[in-house]
Amino acid sequence: MTESQTSQVTSYMSQVQVMNEQGEIVNAPLRPPELTDDKIRELYEKMLFIKIADQKALNLQRQGRMGTYPSVRGQEAIQVASTTLLKNTDWIVPAFRETGAIYMHGMPLKNIYLYWMGNEWGSYAPESVNILPVSIPVGSQMLHAVGIGMAATRKKTDTIAVTYFGDGATSEGDFHEAMNFATLYKTPVIFVCQNNQFAISVPRSKQTASPTLAQKAIAYACEGVQVDGNDLLACYAVCKDAVQRARTEKMPTFIEAVTYRLRDHTTSDDATRYRDAVDHESWKKKDPLLRLQKYLNTKNLWNEKIEQELTEKFETEIQAVAEEAEKIISNPADIFDYTYAEMPERLRQQKEELLEFIKRNPPKTH
Amino acid sequence: MPPLNLIEAVNRALLEEMERDPSVLVFGEDVGKNGGVFRATVGLQEKFGEERCFDTPVAESGIIGAAIGLGVCGFKPVVEFQFSGFMYSGFDQIMTHAARMRNRSRGRFTVPMVIRMPYCGGIRALEHHSESTEAIPAHIPGLKVVIPSNPYDAKGLLISAIRDPDPVIFMEPKRIYRAFRQEVPDGEFIVPLGKANVIQEGADLTIVAWGAMVRETQKALELLAAKSPQTSVELIDLRTIKPFDEETILASVRKTGRLIIVHEAPISFGVGAEIAATVSQKELLSLKSPIERIAGPDITFPYLLQEHLYLVQPERILEGIEKTMSF
Repeated sequence: MTESQTSQVTSYMSQVQVMNEQGEIVNAPLRPPELTDDKIRELYEKMLFIKIADQKALNLQRQGRMGTYPSVRGQEAIQVASTTLLKNTDWIVPAFRETGAIYMHGMPLKNIYLYWMGNEWGSYAPESVNILPVSIPVGSQMLHAVGIGMAATRKKTDTIAVTYFGDGATSEGDFHEAMNFATLYKTPVIFVCQNNQFAISVPRSKQTASPTLAQKAIAYACEGVQVDGNDLLACYAVCKDAVQRARTEKMPTFIEAVTYRLRDHTTSDDATRYRDAVDHESWKKKDPLLRLQKYLNTKNLWNEKIEQELTEKFETEIQAVAEEAEKIISNPADIFDYTYAEMPERLRQQKEELLEFIKRNPPKTH
Repeated sequence: MPPLNLIEAVNRALLEEMERDPSVLVFGEDVGKNGGVFRATVGLQEKFGEERCFDTPVAESGIIGAAIGLGVCGFKPVVEFQFSGFMYSGFDQIMTHAARMRNRSRGRFTVPMVIRMPYCGGIRALEHHSESTEAIPAHIPGLKVVIPSNPYDAKGLLISAIRDPDPVIFMEPKRIYRAFRQEVPDGEFIVPLGKANVIQEGADLTIVAWGAMVRETQKALELLAAKSPQTSVELIDLRTIKPFDEETILASVRKTGRLIIVHEAPISFGVGAEIAATVSQKELLSLKSPIERIAGPDITFPYLLQEHLYLVQPERILEGIEKTMSF
């Protein structure tokens, strides 16, 4: 992207949009040329896969086959757009609502399910996959992306790091320390804030008096942009710009993707307690998949039949993954073996005692 | 090589490890041009450049968080907290991420980091500058905690800590930073983590101490020698708080039958309690007297005018020895 195009997608105070809710292109100059209709269709399929995998997790939880799970439904566009331009040498530093993003970057769905089923091997990224474990304490992970960026500049590689967080995380001190370090040390980091309107029950308006979250970047001399997070094309455009800035200028970008969590915070939450029904209905119409369906339909690349065929195909595939994940039996020794590189004697004794105890008293599953 | 004091020994360890291993980075507040407020990092930026030794913003969480990312990518960050009293704002990162990264990623990602910090009282410092808080990191699975008591160990232990593949909290007793000098060999030598040092062998009583308390105990033993020369004390410098050298302590108590633990930190829920519990569990029948802890009271560390009331004095240790011996 040229310098002038860069400035076009820098918008601290209002949302960049390329495709509206009706599936109409409203800002054609911002649509990157490589984002052809076929490419859009390809990315739509990824979003659909994520939607179905997410629903499967919700079903598994309801059936008691998975622990608490945070749905990503409604946030598929930004998660796909922000990962599709990455190389596999790049890093992802997620929060906890990133099933889509980490799947896109190579985390096997089986591992993602394992994590929420309560198995630490779900945090294990295969050797070639650079994804740090899910980070549940809000906002504590962004600094790691900055450290990874500092490592990349020292090693003189073109590696970049993308970190994810929600609107609530921008109130955490670590967010501000991360933003400060990111520009001060000139790091190739992309901060993807998924402003999904609620931090559990607290609305965005009660999180900060700042009119936008993107404007928080100004204080750190960081490029910032607010984008319609449910618009795949706009998300792609701003992410492309950010990736370029990170890779070539070694500088960070803060992206505020304005989106909406269509489900509860987690399976333990009941969003009807705090969300306005009318407001919720209006956001349902902004579903990132709906507008792509409308658009692709006008190009003869989508119809109900295609949707159904894809859904069935993905459901079968995902069902097999879930079954595979459930077959994995946890190894009791594992809970001790990775505490240190070399196990201290006291820990070895504790491990032995527990293993002997469970031989005498076979553990009851709960 | 002229003898070094403890802070100079720390500086030598940093310098030599940075020379040996280009992945070692030193950063923190004022560690660059200023060389650290206690001068532990003096000359490092000059020698290795700003890319390897640099000042950070005043942001402890930021320092540890960035070090985690660097560590995961193969660097060895050796970061400084200016005082242990400022560790709390960075502690979330230590506990939430650094300590458990290896475990939760099942060994895929590790954080080979050292967090150095001056700690303990006795230098008439300001509020928040004098606490002894080794029990706090020692309670966290995944961390190691190391405290040297002399210049030789400071260098050898710090080198071990830097080479250790896991996060190590390296607490420096600032009260004895410049208290005395010692011959410290130039070049490579290590003092292994997890191994205590029997400073003085004895038959009647075991005393376990660490950091500045080793010296205070030695002063008490001088008083004891003048008063009751027949009492033979074995003095163990713990050196590594976690994982602690259970074997050396148990072997000593088997021999002496009596144990005193001396620490400056508040007595309750401290490291002394862990040692006492271990010894009473594993060597109960060897004990001839109750295990004694000589430690700080459970109070907020006093301002400098009354600091001396808090500190463990040699006379208190002496009284503890007499009490234990006369049980």
